[in-house]
Amino acid sequence: MQNVDAINVEKYGRPEMNYLSNGHTVKSWLLTKDHKRIAIMYLISVSVFFLIGGTYASVIRLELLTPASDLLNTGTYNKVFTQHGIMMVFFFLIPAIPAVLGNFLLPIMIGAKDLALPRVNLLSLYIYWLGGAFALWGLMQGGVDTGWTFYTPYSTTFSNTYVMAVGLGIFINGFSSILTGLNFIVTTHTMRAPGMTWFRLPLFVWAMYATSLVMILGTPVIAITVLLLALERLAHVGIFDPTIGGDPILFQHMFWFYSHPAVYIMILPGMGVVSELISNFSRKKIFGYEFIAFSSIAIAVFGFLVWGHHLFVSGQSVYAGMVFSFLTMVVAVPSAIKVFNWTATLYKGQISYDTPMLYGLGFIGLFLIGGLTGLFLGSMGLVVHLTDTYFVIAHFHYVMVGGQVVAYLGGIHYWWPKMTGKMYSEFWGKISAMLVFVGFNLTFFPQFILGYLGMPRRYASYPEEFQVLNIFSTAGASVLAIGLVMPVIYLTKSLISGKDAGANPWMLPGLEWRTSSPPPTENFLIKPVVTWEAYDFSEENGLDIEDHLTRREVAPTI
Amino acid sequence: MQQTSYVPIFPDQASGFAWQVDLLYFYLILISVAFTIPIVLAIFFFAIKYREKEKFGVGAEIHGSMALEATWSFIPFVVSMTIFLGGAVVYYNQFTPPKDAMEIYVVGKQWMWKAQHQTGQREINELHVPVGRDVKLTMTTEDVIHDFFVPAFRTKADIVPGRYTYLWFNATKPGKYHLFCAEYCGLNHSGMGGWVYVMEQRDFDNWLSGNVSGQTPVEEGRDLFQNKLGCASCHAGGPAQRGAKLENMFGKDVKLVGGQTAKFDDEYIRNSILNPTSQIVEGYQPIMPTFKGQVNEQQLLSLVAYIKSLSGVTGSTTSGGTTGGGPTGTANTSSNPSVGTNANSLTPRRADRGQQGVAPGSNPNAPRSTSGPANRQ
Repeated sequence: MQNVDAINVEKYGRPEMNYLSNGHTVKSWLLTKDHKRIAIMYLISVSVFFLIGGTYASVIRLELLTPASDLLNTGTYNKVFTQHGIMMVFFFLIPAIPAVLGNFLLPIMIGAKDLALPRVNLLSLYIYWLGGAFALWGLMQGGVDTGWTFYTPYSTTFSNTYVMAVGLGIFINGFSSILTGLNFIVTTHTMRAPGMTWFRLPLFVWAMYATSLVMILGTPVIAITVLLLALERLAHVGIFDPTIGGDPILFQHMFWFYSHPAVYIMILPGMGVVSELISNFSRKKIFGYEFIAFSSIAIAVFGFLVWGHHLFVSGQSVYAGMVFSFLTMVVAVPSAIKVFNWTATLYKGQISYDTPMLYGLGFIGLFLIGGLTGLFLGSMGLVVHLTDTYFVIAHFHYVMVGGQVVAYLGGIHYWWPKMTGKMYSEFWGKISAMLVFVGFNLTFFPQFILGYLGMPRRYASYPEEFQVLNIFSTAGASVLAIGLVMPVIYLTKSLISGKDAGANPWMLPGLEWRTSSPPPTENFLIKPVVTWEAYDFSEENGLDIEDHLTRREVAPTI
Repeated sequence: MQQTSYVPIFPDQASGFAWQVDLLYFYLILISVAFTIPIVLAIFFFAIKYREKEKFGVGAEIHGSMALEATWSFIPFVVSMTIFLGGAVVYYNQFTPPKDAMEIYVVGKQWMWKAQHQTGQREINELHVPVGRDVKLTMTTEDVIHDFFVPAFRTKADIVPGRYTYLWFNATKPGKYHLFCAEYCGLNHSGMGGWVYVMEQRDFDNWLSGNVSGQTPVEEGRDLFQNKLGCASCHAGGPAQRGAKLENMFGKDVKLVGGQTAKFDDEYIRNSILNPTSQIVEGYQPIMPTFKGQVNEQQLLSLVAYIKSLSGVTGSTTSGGTTGGGPTGTANTSSNPSVGTNANSLTPRRADRGQQGVAPGSNPNAPRSTSGPANRQ
């Protein structure tokens, strides 16, 4: 705490110490309660898991270059796609935006000095590491081959792989999500700066809030499900396996009761980031603020009611299917509202094309395709043909990668100057954003066609007539991989030789841009009082950028 | 099978409701294009017209528009409802088998498909059906979940351990079509495929007559019922009847102890054999032992077939259903010379399975042949 006092002495100066320079020992990182340091540790951790998951993805694409299973035998291939899914879903996509960007920015955006429960925040990181360690241990022991969906009775009775180690990892990791979600909700309710009303919150905070609701309500169900799975696998209690009195479809209901809302844990934060990007780089208020904010809440709520659309061909009753299909269609509406509002925000803007904005615009296009193909899969008559084919693979990669990963990259580029105080190379940033966009489409668009042709998912080998489209897909994956590796290089380089970013490199009104870069340990030298609406670029709010630049760089308006 | 020199982008269309699925598909593509093109054009137009005029200039102050929000909430809602309704109608067609459909039993196991016709023919990783007939598959699995998927028929259904699921189609075009397992089922999931042969009726009749093997399901069921399992000692009627009445019960409601009723259907018969005490018929004692572990799925299906036949319900005769087929000789049955030996050499007995080369655990790492079932032997 003495460090903080030292900073506060010099109220209007550039802080002598920022959160990075405040302590250099390993202990000062591992025992930190600073949400920003925890976010940086999350950033490094999720990047490691993304690298592992991405390596598996490359192996999958190489194997599928030829129809026969020649690079890997089928057993290894089954493990590779399973582990790709588990690493990406549970250890990258779910924590990525909330635990990295949310952790770093949510307190700053609402004018707080930290999250409401800093120790719990650190605990969530340790839980994440523990869960990750169990999962990695399972992988190194020999891996798991059940698919990331762990369908029973295969996972409980038939698979001879390390289901329990990885399952335990997922079970533990869930508590990390729950704690993060809890922390965000408490923080948003109790820690907002004076004047920061609910409708002055940046939309990123609304998205985090909606995500947190899903996290604390949904994640316990996956924990229960994994526990029951363990009970059956280890103690042979008949829960899911019909030969000992269980019901395999029960597992699917329980699994998707979490895992469908988890899809919204994965996409809502991305929508929040993109709302920031589109509005700020158009330099005008976002169009329909309330509609975007409430559509996040609507998605979070309706997202809990549609899990049955994963069971259309599982022998579920026709009428239950109809209810789930109807609700699935209803969820499409708030997503459509967001896309229309983002597009309308561009109207009469002053649009600049910095790297984050390229990711933001790319997101709209990719999410549009991801969302519309979701309608294909919500339409019951069509999904009977499409489910369990590459159409599904293409659809959820458009949403998860084209949506969440692209938004995550956009957010990392957007807030990188704030997080590190350094600017990266705009030139290489733009090149990589475009490579990701082109490579992504080339990888996954052919898979829609493959899916309608009937190529089933999770196939190590496939009939020859599907080869040409698979070659396109693998070629696209190579481009995508280059586009994804480039930021690692130029972002790392910026840490060493990047220009100083200054407090507000993009000249934006959000609270996070009104403190220095990198921010001091308690975020602001003096407690901010908010007198402006979100995304307010107008002059009367002291945001005439040229004139007020110096003052804003030092401290927020009081 | 056929080497195509072009890149296929659309699958064969070979079942009665395939056109409906394709129509939905094209409708959704139309909707996707109708939404994507204006939005993408608007983004490009705005992006160019409203690009930054001065560094850090400020955009116009526009808060929003209730009218626009209402419009772009209402239109997607209406459109999504048309998609829902269209999908629901097609789905209903896909999962409502006609009453007089020809019934074939399918049992999946890691990693093979076994089919049995009502006339006794058995096939592995192949299914022969006549063109123009409603065909209903009654399916179950001996181990994990599988999924019977024929892309050309635009339908699939999971087959789930412990219960029966159903799939039906009316094949419209003779030919040879992919059969895939679409639900991940372990090691050789991608090898669990085969072919569906759609044949002209006359060719199908020839195929049937060349392939009679062993007992029909009803015969096998009768044999199990009367001799091997001894069901008849309690269920055969007469003064010694201690078990529930089975004759002429199929499709009716059964009163159970405790006041509930159950429908006497396939699932009920199956469950009553495996878990006899779970549904006790009113007026009877819970004295029946379970037959779990003593009968495999194939035998269960035969017992179901036999017990249904006691109510006069048969899975429809397999031959002569339609008008003998149109011009013959056009169907490509000749492309399948291995059928006869294939089906004849197989029996459903567990002990024999090890000889098939696809049994679990037998050389699992062998590279999968992608060229069809003939290589499997």
